[in-house]
Amino acid sequence: MAEITIPIGPQHPALKEPINITLKVEGEVIVEPILRIGYNHRGIEKAMEARSYIQNIYLAERVCGICSHVHSSTLVQGAEELLELEIPRRGLYIRTIFLELERIHSHLLWLGVAAHEVGFDTLFMYTWRDREIVMDLLELISGNRVNYAMNTVGGTRRDINDEQKKKLLKGMDALEERTKYYVKIATTEPTFLKRVEGVGILKKEVAKKLCAVGPTARGSGLRMDIRKDDPYAAYDEIPFEAITSDLCDVMGRTVVRVKELLEAYKIIKYAVNNLPAGEIRKKARRKIPENEILSYTEAPRGELLYYIKSNGTEKPERVKIRTPTLANIPSTIEMLKGGYIADIPIVFAAMDPCIACMDRVILVDKKNNERSMNWEALRRYGIKWYEVKR
Amino acid sequence: MSILLEVLYLLVFPGFLFLIAYALFIEYVDRKLYARFQHRVGPPILQPFADIIKLLSKEDLVPKKADRKMVSAIPLFAFAAVITAFLYIPIWFNQSFFSFQGDLIVVLYLLSIPTLALFLAGWHSSNPFSQVGAMRAITQLFAYEVPFFLVLLGPAIIADSWSIIDIVNFQSSNFWLILMMPLGFIVAVIALQGKLERIPFDIPDAETEIVGGLLVEYVGRRLALFRMAIDIEMVVGAALISALFLGGFDAFISVAGLSPLAQFGIGFAAFLVKTLFIVFLLASIRALFARLRIDQMVTFCFKWLAPLSIIQLLLITGVKYMGWF
Repeated sequence: MAEITIPIGPQHPALKEPINITLKVEGEVIVEPILRIGYNHRGIEKAMEARSYIQNIYLAERVCGICSHVHSSTLVQGAEELLELEIPRRGLYIRTIFLELERIHSHLLWLGVAAHEVGFDTLFMYTWRDREIVMDLLELISGNRVNYAMNTVGGTRRDINDEQKKKLLKGMDALEERTKYYVKIATTEPTFLKRVEGVGILKKEVAKKLCAVGPTARGSGLRMDIRKDDPYAAYDEIPFEAITSDLCDVMGRTVVRVKELLEAYKIIKYAVNNLPAGEIRKKARRKIPENEILSYTEAPRGELLYYIKSNGTEKPERVKIRTPTLANIPSTIEMLKGGYIADIPIVFAAMDPCIACMDRVILVDKKNNERSMNWEALRRYGIKWYEVKR
Repeated sequence: MSILLEVLYLLVFPGFLFLIAYALFIEYVDRKLYARFQHRVGPPILQPFADIIKLLSKEDLVPKKADRKMVSAIPLFAFAAVITAFLYIPIWFNQSFFSFQGDLIVVLYLLSIPTLALFLAGWHSSNPFSQVGAMRAITQLFAYEVPFFLVLLGPAIIADSWSIIDIVNFQSSNFWLILMMPLGFIVAVIALQGKLERIPFDIPDAETEIVGGLLVEYVGRRLALFRMAIDIEMVVGAALISALFLGGFDAFISVAGLSPLAQFGIGFAAFLVKTLFIVFLLASIRALFARLRIDQMVTFCFKWLAPLSIIQLLLITGVKYMGWF
């Protein structure tokens, strides 16, 4: 059968964010997927250079709407390391509780999205309803549902009182019960299994070679979790397991995420029950001495990197952000190869993509003049376009 | 007088007006049940009606590349086919205005037309998504149509008649055929779900894959007509299965000496209850499963549904051959 090229995106009703997938297909089977990114330049890295570290915390939170806390934590952690600050344990515990609450809401959201991609809307509605429990808890403590503004250089900004502790534990119990039910559904429902088993295969060696991160890597049997490998916040004191699965397909990634939910409940319960007394933050100097640091954390989607270069003032010289989605793009191309067109949405969703968080730069190919156009040329092009239309 | 009565039958009850009202009500029931299964509130009772009115008031657009005549004619065709199909299904005692030997085949034929119309609609809108949807719809048609026809053959063989009213009368004088053919009933309901292109068989209009698929270029009154046609198809499908397997208007009550009005009331109530029961089954299936892939759907139909319906047919012929019925 002849090869056909199908372009999807960057503007496409099925895509929520701008990305281009060009598919070479034979019938329903994908021969070669070509992913093109770089349609969304938000200028966040440049904006960070013009703001102080304290202001940057709130800017970093706005890199991603789902995992906002982990972004600010990574930035703050880097700044604290540069200042060689000793953070109060209570502050670290509260930070950890928030990191895990965020993981819970991110994974529940993902489970809903994945179910929706395969047309299982009932599971989608159920998980998003239960996600409200954790959203309410986040709002109860921080006052916000999305950007919590909990972090500051030197600790956290808000404390957790006894009543909130009680509600946290109660919420975790409720969620644990619901999640066990979802584990049962996701591993036994026949039509759901048909859509996720053996789909989007990523072998262990390939995942390692392509530097997959997060649940994508763990779903392929790679045991890599920054929380274990290089513990930050309070993860060194809290007992938990790094979940892996040897299934290497979308099912494996689902299992990893759902089991991570159960681990997150354990972590939060332990942290709440063993919350150390004392201060929640330490006063930090505004000016950070000249140095550079690579700060990394385990975001819900995988390893998140912040490279910070300081120059002795209150503003960073350079901040480089690499989100886990970017690290997983090569693996996703590998997963799509040889699959069916109908499986693209679920395979793509299985890495939990966040395109707008990922894109840092717009590519301009000057040699082929492919995407560069000056103002005058654009104007002429517009006039010509409408003349033809008329 | 009789002509006037026939016009009344055609246009008011149980024809055009009643059918549209009942189809919209059925859509409401389906959507409400689906929503309640998912812990949502669901739409108010007049929502389907409001949707249709809204669509009728929308701007009328046809893609430039598409064939305007075809695009306009296809929805009417589908709509007319399903409305006609309903006229042959008895909904109260011994009332079968247009019944004749072989109307079962006509109904089955008319019920296939909406899918073919959807295929043509998708194909003629000259949009890649609708064309992919059209191909999937036609592939799917061959998968579910075979078991659907095979199992609906069973009641006709047992009752020794190709007329739906005869099959219903056979059931009211003997027993409901679901007792004899539970397998056939299950296969018929699943195949009907495929016919109506609902989860897990909503492959032709898979929202997350091909953005609505078949009807992606349809707007305004043409879309309204298509949606009405699909709603009515659901009523006809449910009524057909209830007539063939659940005894149609039979309600275990002897109506011999009752007044015509009472006869009508009992039969009509039985019709409503039974169609709503089948809609309940359809809504549950929709809430319980994920969407299959087209190859999985075809495999499922030919590996499970078709053999099951053949087994059912063999059992029925065996019973008939032994002379038990």
